[in-house]
Amino acid sequence: MGILLKEICKKFGDFVAVDHVSFEVQEGELVALLGPSGCGKSTILRIIAGLETPDSGEIYLTGKDVTALSPQKRKVGFVFQHYALFKHMTAEKNIAFGLEIQKKKKDDIHKKVQELIDLVKLQGYEKHYPDQLSGGQRQRVALARALATEPKVLLLDEPFGALDAKVRENLGQWLREFHKKLKITSIFVTHDQSEAIEISDKIIVIRQGTVEQIGTAREVYEHPGSKFVASFIGQVNVLDAIVKANQIRIKGTNYSVENKNNDTQNDGDVVLLVRPEDIQLIPAEEMPNDLPCTIKRIHYRGSHYEIDCEINGLNVRIIENKKDIYQEKWRENQNVYMNFKSFRIFQAEQGHERIHEKLKEAGYIE
Amino acid sequence: MKEQLKQIRIVRKKNYIGRYTLIILVMAWFIILTMLPVYGIIKETFKNGWHIFITSLATPASQHSFLMTLWITVGTIIINTVFGVILAVVLVKQNFRGKLLFEGFVDLPFAVSPVVAGFMFIVLFGPKGWIGNWFETHQLKIVYAFPGMLIATLFVTLPFVAREVIPVLREFGLQQEEAAYILGASKWQTFLKVTLPSIKWGLAYGITLTIARSIGEFGAVLVVSGSIINKTQTATLHIHQEFTDFNYAGAFSAAVVLAVISFLILTTMQHVYKRKRI
Repeated sequence: MGILLKEICKKFGDFVAVDHVSFEVQEGELVALLGPSGCGKSTILRIIAGLETPDSGEIYLTGKDVTALSPQKRKVGFVFQHYALFKHMTAEKNIAFGLEIQKKKKDDIHKKVQELIDLVKLQGYEKHYPDQLSGGQRQRVALARALATEPKVLLLDEPFGALDAKVRENLGQWLREFHKKLKITSIFVTHDQSEAIEISDKIIVIRQGTVEQIGTAREVYEHPGSKFVASFIGQVNVLDAIVKANQIRIKGTNYSVENKNNDTQNDGDVVLLVRPEDIQLIPAEEMPNDLPCTIKRIHYRGSHYEIDCEINGLNVRIIENKKDIYQEKWRENQNVYMNFKSFRIFQAEQGHERIHEKLKEAGYIE
Repeated sequence: MKEQLKQIRIVRKKNYIGRYTLIILVMAWFIILTMLPVYGIIKETFKNGWHIFITSLATPASQHSFLMTLWITVGTIIINTVFGVILAVVLVKQNFRGKLLFEGFVDLPFAVSPVVAGFMFIVLFGPKGWIGNWFETHQLKIVYAFPGMLIATLFVTLPFVAREVIPVLREFGLQQEEAAYILGASKWQTFLKVTLPSIKWGLAYGITLTIARSIGEFGAVLVVSGSIINKTQTATLHIHQEFTDFNYAGAFSAAVVLAVISFLILTTMQHVYKRKRI
């Protein structure tokens, strides 16, 4: 058993940061804690490390109850968001710190530090101080320092948050490879869904201090368990709709689609979520349930195009790959049709506006 | 185009004039206020040669006064460094009721005139004061003796270390300490190996200011010590004594020594300050 959390709760004053969180991470897994900023994911990580004390609940690391143990005794590795390297020590000294505290023999420390320097590919930078290293190098020193004491569990708080896009991508792949080699049970916190999808074995989606969904990247992306997950992982269009006799009618239009998904749904108000890449644009009506719409703007995005369309005042975003556009099929202000290749509906029990508001607040839709 | 260039050149010239006028003004002010007096005192001291300088410094009263200053300074450094760091740590890391008010009171010694401070200690620790009375019955003299002078100096130098360490400690934050805890270091180990090395230049600057003030303190010590020759006179009190006794050679000689010490402290301070900013 790797990491087990049982009913963890934590309040800061009146603010509930973590609310009855339970989950398990298998030995050797690399798991992403994913959620918007302020959702409590970092607090959960700090609770596992012992830097915060939960108000209630239990924490088990490698089968042992560590709830009452101080951070010194939990034997975890922790990589801080801004690395928290000791500024007055060289890279080498930083990595050796944990071993020196354990009063290991000088020769053993030296050997271990050299091994780690090789592992994180920092040969030649041993005597550099943190402020003489680049962001990516500091990140790797922090990782080597965390691994020096051979922890059973590795915790990473927004490990790539402070790096620029290119370095981030490389380090992400590198971490993946690295984990394959070491097989150390790891949790990393991120607010970046693409990072979580690329790197992790499993994603735990956190929202307002609770676990929203646990699953592989594919499960979470293709079968989101809630509106929140659907809109947080990847882009999504949110449309108001009404279900009647297994037909879903989009509000504000006369157009209906058949409810062919497995989402069993009683008649009534629903929210229809459709991903931009799951919408097909067609120049003319082919089927009776195709939606007429107007192309408002075409955004160039490098690898693809994003197209903003309007249906009776509703904005819908569509992603088209470059090839289609290259043929100059679409232009702005063109009247076209669209149909949904796949979509999901969720009950609108909270009311459409409130969902919209929440998504806006969190910055997932405009 | 050409006209435009011309205009730019004229504007620049004007700026140069303004700049040099300012520089000359500042230099003149500085020379009149600091360099001239220093030159005057050195010239006056060595007017009759080295001999008088040496003999006036060799008098028992003079030597005793410098020793007194030395011991007070050493005591102040030790006590106020330890206490100042503890004070800074408490104010930065602990939360308690009335912390803001308390933080304000740390600066009290800056606001209170040293002479007034001296009188406060006389009232408190004097033979008739309510704490001094107790010490008196236990055969311990505080006022008009070394302990009182040390306490007075501690009071006037109290804020220096704390005030310099607090911002450095705030900027240092918590993360490096947390990293050390997770790597197995105890709180004490973390303080010695991580926190202290990180605040050392701020601390050094605070200590330098403390030294400068301890050596130069006059008012508070004058009131508390009673300025007894060969007993409770510090270097500054000795200079004052010599001066009021019309023994200018003695006063100037001691003053030159203090000026040289101040100069050394100033240089160290500059050095430390540069390091602190890095």
